[in-house]
Amino acid sequence: MNESAPPSVSTQRPHMQPRDPMANRAALTEKISVRDVRFYYGDFLALKGITMPIYDKKVTALIGPSGCGKSTLLRIFNRMYDLYPKQRAEGEILFENKNLLDPKQDLNLLRARVGMVFQKPTPFPMSIYDNIAFGIRLYERVPKSELDDRVETALKRGALWDEVKDKLNQSGLGLSGGQQQRLCIARSIAVRPDVLLLDEPTSALDPIATAKVEELIYQLKSDYTICIVTHNMQQAARVADFTAFMYLGELIEFGETSQVFTKPKQPKTEDYITGRFG
Amino acid sequence: MQNLDMGRYNRRRRVSSLLMIGSWFAAITGMAILGLILFTLFWRGVGGLNLAVFTESTPPPGAAGGLLNAIYGSVMMTVLGTALGTPLGILAGTWMAEYGRNSRLATVIRFINDILLSAPSIVIGLFVYEVMVVTMGHFSAWAGGCALALLVLPVVVRTTEDMLLLVPDGLREAASALGSPRWMVISRVCYRAAKAGMVTGVLLAVARVTGETAPLLFTALNNQFMSTDMNAPMANLPVVIFQFALSPYPEWQQLAWTAALLITVTVLVLNIVARALSSSRLKKD
Repeated sequence: MNESAPPSVSTQRPHMQPRDPMANRAALTEKISVRDVRFYYGDFLALKGITMPIYDKKVTALIGPSGCGKSTLLRIFNRMYDLYPKQRAEGEILFENKNLLDPKQDLNLLRARVGMVFQKPTPFPMSIYDNIAFGIRLYERVPKSELDDRVETALKRGALWDEVKDKLNQSGLGLSGGQQQRLCIARSIAVRPDVLLLDEPTSALDPIATAKVEELIYQLKSDYTICIVTHNMQQAARVADFTAFMYLGELIEFGETSQVFTKPKQPKTEDYITGRFG
Repeated sequence: MQNLDMGRYNRRRRVSSLLMIGSWFAAITGMAILGLILFTLFWRGVGGLNLAVFTESTPPPGAAGGLLNAIYGSVMMTVLGTALGTPLGILAGTWMAEYGRNSRLATVIRFINDILLSAPSIVIGLFVYEVMVVTMGHFSAWAGGCALALLVLPVVVRTTEDMLLLVPDGLREAASALGSPRWMVISRVCYRAAKAGMVTGVLLAVARVTGETAPLLFTALNNQFMSTDMNAPMANLPVVIFQFALSPYPEWQQLAWTAALLITVTVLVLNIVARALSSSRLKKD
């Protein structure tokens, strides 16, 4: 990378070291198993039978050109599509041995365990403190002192604490775009989910804010299973342990990130990552 | 800049200045009329402003008095109308924006609400007269408040729906993604985001209702005396203005001017507060 980059960018160095390929193979367990999933927007078939694993405490990146269905797939994992009529999914997604596509699945409980961060930062119109406390209060009755601790911990894990600790009562809308996005990540992890879904979390951010969020992702994966959709292939290469390349609603290739980027098995994958289309 | 057709250019400039003069004229005319109304009101009304206006009730012909009973009645019935119309309006608007957004029923309700919004207030008055006054057998402040509520309702429904539709779906998704049930998403996040606009809507509805005469004429009628009985006819500023302004007694006419000034100032203040609230909302976005 560029040696003249500003010092704050250098925080992302650790995960830029070549990773030990064997480290990934140690005790891989599937957190989420996607089995022959089809997705419809009305009559339009957007996902044509996807089967892939999401490994526990790993970062999985979904890449592919616009409209390939990567965001669609991500939004199935927390049943986000259920908010909209005329969208439906078929197939099976096993999450802790239960099919989360089951109509009887309680969506609120599912979403409390599978958190999501969106492309555009979405701070709630309330104070920074209340933004974080919002999710905690939903499912837990915690005394004020413990709530303070939880908020502080979440903001620290979100790498935002130092910047906001003196203005917790100010509106979350007053933060910069990058800070807002880290606030949203902190808000998601405050609920203590198992899985974190990131839908192009840095596409609205500048390079320095992007570096901070990537560094954060790298640190979070020791505790969380992370699935990230990104348009930025360098980003996938930097943060992900596994990469899935999708094209026109189909999964073309899934594998370890280093393998997908250096020795792709499918010619389409190679075309895409070398910039021949997409 | 070759072959510039100066003729066309000059013609365009002439049309432009003509239009500009026309719009200046129209704007100044409008402002002048409003200014004239306000000026006349202040000129004629301020003279009658004194402590008695707020401490004494409307006088018999030829005597001095105040507007206490009418002010009290107006406040009570406006409060009642707002208290009835606002929650109903907010809930209806919420249903239309959040739950029934694309349903046919919402389209129908929206259409009917728009009709109610532009319905002449005298029709509302007649309706409440038929439904409440005739059934109860007498005029009452309850009926007056209900008539005002029917005027508040469509304004609040409309602004609530509009303001909630302005809340980006991303915010709803984000709140849902944390595992919050739908009603919490709406009450804790959407309402908060739309708060300034919704409050503005309620204030504008109150401002509209404050000066309504026709619906009260058919429902609360008027009362020469101070009355706090909601089940009896009650005095109110608009009807007092209507009655006193048309009377031959100078004391009554003076009180009518003062009452008109009070209503106008109230409406003006409500509008300014509403405007300030909505512009503070815009700044935050």
